[in-house]
Amino acid sequence: MSYEFLQNYWWCLIALLGGLLVALMFVQGANLHLGNRVLSDTQKRMILNSTGRKWELTFTTLVTFGGAFFASFPLFYSTSFGGAYWVWVLLLITFVFQAVAYEFQNKKGNLLGVKGFRIALMANGLLAPFLVGTAVGTFFTGSDFTVNKVAITDPSAPVISTWGNGWHGLEALGQYHAILLGCTVMLLAAILGALYVLNNIEDEGIHAQMRRAVKLAIGPFLFFFLSWTVMLLTKKGFAVDPEGVVFLEPFKYLHNLLAMPAVLVMLLVGVVLVLYSIWQGAFTESRKGIWFAMPGTVLVVMSVFFLAGFNNTAYYPSCTDLQSSLTIRNSSSSYFTLQVMSWVSLLIPFVVAYIAYAWHQMDRKKITAEEIMEEEHKY
Amino acid sequence: MDVVIWSRIQFAMTAAYHWLFVPLTLGLALAMAVMETLYVVKKDPFWKKAAQFWIKLFAINFAVGIATGIILEFEFGTNWSNYSWMVGDMFGAPLAIEGILAFFMEATFFAVMFFGWNKVSPKFHLASTWLTGIGATISAYWILVANGWMQNPVGTTFNPDTVRSEMASAAAFWEVISNPVAVSKFCHAVTSGWVTGGIFVVGVSAWYLLKNRHVEFAKKSMLVGAIVGLVGSGAVMLSGDSSGVHAAEFQPMKLAAAEGLQDGGNGAAFTIVPGIKIPKMLSILATHDINGFVPGINDILNGYTDNDGNVVPSVAEKMAMGRRALDALAVYRENDDPTVKADALTILNANVQYMGYGHLEKPEDVVPPVGVVFWAFRFMIGLGMLIALVLLLALIGVWKDKLGAWTWLLWAAIACIPLAYICGQSGWVVAEVGRQPWTIQGLLPVNVAISSLSAGAVKTTFFVFLAVFALFLAIEIRIMIRAIHKGPEL
Repeated sequence: MSYEFLQNYWWCLIALLGGLLVALMFVQGANLHLGNRVLSDTQKRMILNSTGRKWELTFTTLVTFGGAFFASFPLFYSTSFGGAYWVWVLLLITFVFQAVAYEFQNKKGNLLGVKGFRIALMANGLLAPFLVGTAVGTFFTGSDFTVNKVAITDPSAPVISTWGNGWHGLEALGQYHAILLGCTVMLLAAILGALYVLNNIEDEGIHAQMRRAVKLAIGPFLFFFLSWTVMLLTKKGFAVDPEGVVFLEPFKYLHNLLAMPAVLVMLLVGVVLVLYSIWQGAFTESRKGIWFAMPGTVLVVMSVFFLAGFNNTAYYPSCTDLQSSLTIRNSSSSYFTLQVMSWVSLLIPFVVAYIAYAWHQMDRKKITAEEIMEEEHKY
Repeated sequence: MDVVIWSRIQFAMTAAYHWLFVPLTLGLALAMAVMETLYVVKKDPFWKKAAQFWIKLFAINFAVGIATGIILEFEFGTNWSNYSWMVGDMFGAPLAIEGILAFFMEATFFAVMFFGWNKVSPKFHLASTWLTGIGATISAYWILVANGWMQNPVGTTFNPDTVRSEMASAAAFWEVISNPVAVSKFCHAVTSGWVTGGIFVVGVSAWYLLKNRHVEFAKKSMLVGAIVGLVGSGAVMLSGDSSGVHAAEFQPMKLAAAEGLQDGGNGAAFTIVPGIKIPKMLSILATHDINGFVPGINDILNGYTDNDGNVVPSVAEKMAMGRRALDALAVYRENDDPTVKADALTILNANVQYMGYGHLEKPEDVVPPVGVVFWAFRFMIGLGMLIALVLLLALIGVWKDKLGAWTWLLWAAIACIPLAYICGQSGWVVAEVGRQPWTIQGLLPVNVAISSLSAGAVKTTFFVFLAVFALFLAIEIRIMIRAIHKGPEL
């Protein structure tokens, strides 16, 4: 196995984990529907107990996504996490509240009350997909940082990766191209959440509300997604020449798409699957939309990562100093680390298999109102 | 205060807070898995109810442990940017493997354990309970491999082209995961969790006995708790002994600080408290040789000859060599002339072993806060022995059915619950404060491991986290006390 192969392989795994993370954000999206005033308290608790059995998987995928990114492309971790400080801290805090909200919200003595924790869950539902989407959006707009490895020899200013402004990542909220992706992911999560609830819970009233929510989301979702895509395919991109020199190339991402027909196919198949699932959820009696929406989401997100990183492209560009931009080649771990981790990654199918088995065992019975009233182990 | 101090305070707080929840997770997981096994084997529904009660308490605790774990992972990047780059190649792999192998196991089977009583078969449920605990334990292994590597960085070479420590070969990974420091740390930390879980079960049971509630449940639980805790205590002592030997070998300054040993020597005495010493004991503990040489703080500062006859240079000499390595690195990076580069590389390779010392300002920087480490070490050992004694008496009390008369023991068991937390925290203070100023022993001091942030930014997040942690702790304790007060549904 060559070094390049291992770097590409790990970029594929990062893309896959990113895709799974967004697909699993149905948890965040479903919690947004807790704000639906038509739903009764029992119905809301059914939703909570439905996402409450899955949230740890989304959370764990986030942790593993972070860990895998750290392990395979540590320069991204040190540059982006240490630089776009506030964005990551904000994301972190919403997830920290989410992690305790399920267990604590209905317990007596929880200080914040049911309402407080539900607000925390909804804040996570809104902000987590939005911030992750915006952060990935900066893969295409560039950020304000420099990387200087000699800095470490200078005791007065030893940090290798430095951010150029005091906003430390919040400035991305002013980049409308990145924001468009943030809004797209947020709406996608809300749609995924509705489709998941539709499938997982037995309750006519909830079903009607979820179908309505999907209908309402279609317009804005398509607007943000299409605007982002059109801008992406027409903008200048961050290309890398064979010497490793980064330069701006017009229509770079369109070129990438045409140069990698497999990615084009992935993107199109993914988009068709997502749109099909939306149509099913909004306009048919089917409750199986989520089974198309999740694989579709994984395919679309993976193709976005491939457009950002493959075909001689800098995936985490610096707009301050083009030559500081991160590429799959200059930001990865060493050959031996990637090799060892690649062996470990062969266990992933086994992990997926036992998760699927456990889910299957747990979801044989759909959640009903009776269960929520009677079951003693619930949130 | 500057950004280095605030970054350290923030990380220390997060790690210490995380460790409030982890030991109970590890220990309670074992106790409740044993109880559920008794239910499945003996078909006695009493044990099902008992397991369900402890699992309820486990779940309250587990959530905060997860919530704080992710903060640690993120803080490596957000607050220790240089560290992330310099060691990502070594540290990242165990972290990624932890995610793939352990976290999914914990998360998936926790959900089955918590919600699955009426959904899956008793055997599948039992397997899930065990797998939740095993997942937590495997997770502890990988994060302690990462921590152990920071204490004793094995299997690595410095690569001047990438400016970081890299895995020396695929085989070096084996060195990293079988690092003796990591292995003894893992044993020590996990079994100390068993002690915490054991004393928690014993203490809560003691409270029911004092209140004369759920007497049968409390006695049987206490038996399981005392056995789990005692097995843990024995293993903690054994692994603590090897931790001491490793500190002597790899981190002599940590040992000198823990002992308050200004000047070392052969046949060094062990200080119980200032003024009371056991002759030769420190040499026996640290080197397993009655006349072994144990260096004191001044020996390390001024240079000495170790037990294998190797001459260890003084810190000032190490600093000079380290500075030469850093200067050579700068020349190597900034020149294109192949001869100049080759010369720089020669100088770098000759001095790279001490490169971390080149970042220090003065030799005394290598001395950790001795008073803190010294007293934390004594709290850890003293409280650990006290808890072991209480566990032993509880076991005898249950066995001989004497608990009705031994109310003092029941109170002592309750008092030992908070003491177990102080004990565990003290242990981590010894391990982590004791290795200051190093994030990576000898390679990277804290002052160059940081991110390029303002002190104000880190200070702000510190207070935000402090508020969140205080809130969660208050909620957790309130909910836990209410759940205990309500008691098991037998």
